[in-house]
Amino acid sequence: MSRHRIAFTLNGAPQEIEVPAERLLVDLLREDLGQTGTKDGCSVGVCGLCTVIVDGAPMSSCLLLAVQVNGAAVRTVEGLAPGDAPLAPLQQAFIDEGGFQCGICTSGQLMAATALLEARPDATDAEIREGMLGNLCRCTGYYGITRAIGRARR
Amino acid sequence: MTPFDYVEPETLDETLALLAEHGDDATIIAGGTALTLLLKQGLIAPARLVSLRRLDQLRAIDRDGTLRIGALATHATAARSVDVQEHAAALAHTFSGVATPRIRAQATVGGNLAHADPAQDPPVTLLALDAVAIAMSAKRARRIPLGELFVDLMETSLEPDEVLLRIEVPPLPHGARTVYRKFLPRTQDDYATVSVAAVIARNATGTCTHARVALGAAGPVPIRAREAERALVGTTLDDGAIREAAALAAKATDPIDDLRGSALYKRAMAEVWTARALRDIA
Repeated sequence: MSRHRIAFTLNGAPQEIEVPAERLLVDLLREDLGQTGTKDGCSVGVCGLCTVIVDGAPMSSCLLLAVQVNGAAVRTVEGLAPGDAPLAPLQQAFIDEGGFQCGICTSGQLMAATALLEARPDATDAEIREGMLGNLCRCTGYYGITRAIGRARR
Repeated sequence: MTPFDYVEPETLDETLALLAEHGDDATIIAGGTALTLLLKQGLIAPARLVSLRRLDQLRAIDRDGTLRIGALATHATAARSVDVQEHAAALAHTFSGVATPRIRAQATVGGNLAHADPAQDPPVTLLALDAVAIAMSAKRARRIPLGELFVDLMETSLEPDEVLLRIEVPPLPHGARTVYRKFLPRTQDDYATVSVAAVIARNATGTCTHARVALGAAGPVPIRAREAERALVGTTLDDGAIREAAALAAKATDPIDDLRGSALYKRAMAEVWTARALRDIA
């Protein structure tokens, strides 16, 4: 009911927008800002499709109210290789290793893996599997995904 | 989602004043992982959300014999905290195993307790650690032993005008060992079919002097298996004593049939997993 003027950065660019209190971050990104790289899957925080990075940590944008990111730094898949920039090493590794099949989970996988490798640049294979827990791939392409993340690590 | 008003008070005093005025039709939001789901599913429709996110003083974790975890500390922060790890290894392990990295980064220690889902992990371990919740309203502050915090399924003894400030874990008996184990037959990020936390201390001759056994997902609230605890004290934690305690722990459960197993199965698994947990630290 109440409306709020929120300011945050999206992939480094300052944003200021008015939202109703009940606006979800995933809807703010997709509907209000046209950033449709972030997908809405299960809508209950389980599948990982809507994973974005908020102040360095991976989060489900379907479980966050937009007002909760007021003042935060939000990153989405669109920020990995903006404009004409070459693909990020992680994105290239997903291509090289066949890290996706249908692709619906890919942006969430990329954001979860980006957060993981930023926190642990030399993550072991076990830490990669642990860190990617909860990013589901219904094509079951997990081997390709973990290979790609392993390839992109330092 | 039914529309609501959202307020983000700058101070604790302001928060308590808001709750004193609007407590009955207001709901507190901390991390919001559980609350957002309840809102989306229409299970709750508060007129107003009062956010704690500006109350940075509630994020702190410190330890001086007693471990204090601020209500707004996230599961991820608590899992990484050296204070938590040194106070009770099982507690850090418990936080590190909740759901997924995404949930752990957002969900808070206090929010988890206030949500009072009996299948959650931290309440079980905190119950076995004799933890106390510290709550405050505009009128008073009070200490709530964890066993009195959980009243029924997703229901706590917190008043509508109260804020959960922190959780306090008293010093453990000398040489105490702690454990938390959960039975996850499906996936690692699932809710447990049944879970067990235990704390054991023994004297110089190896006799058990202190025992706590708590079970999760085994009833409408996390359960202390007091008869099992009494049966352990005075023994040398030999296999017979562990078997007896595990059987008594299973008797203390009050599970329901659901997707994660029949009541009969959960009760049988409570016995198996209590025995496993106790053997880990015996």
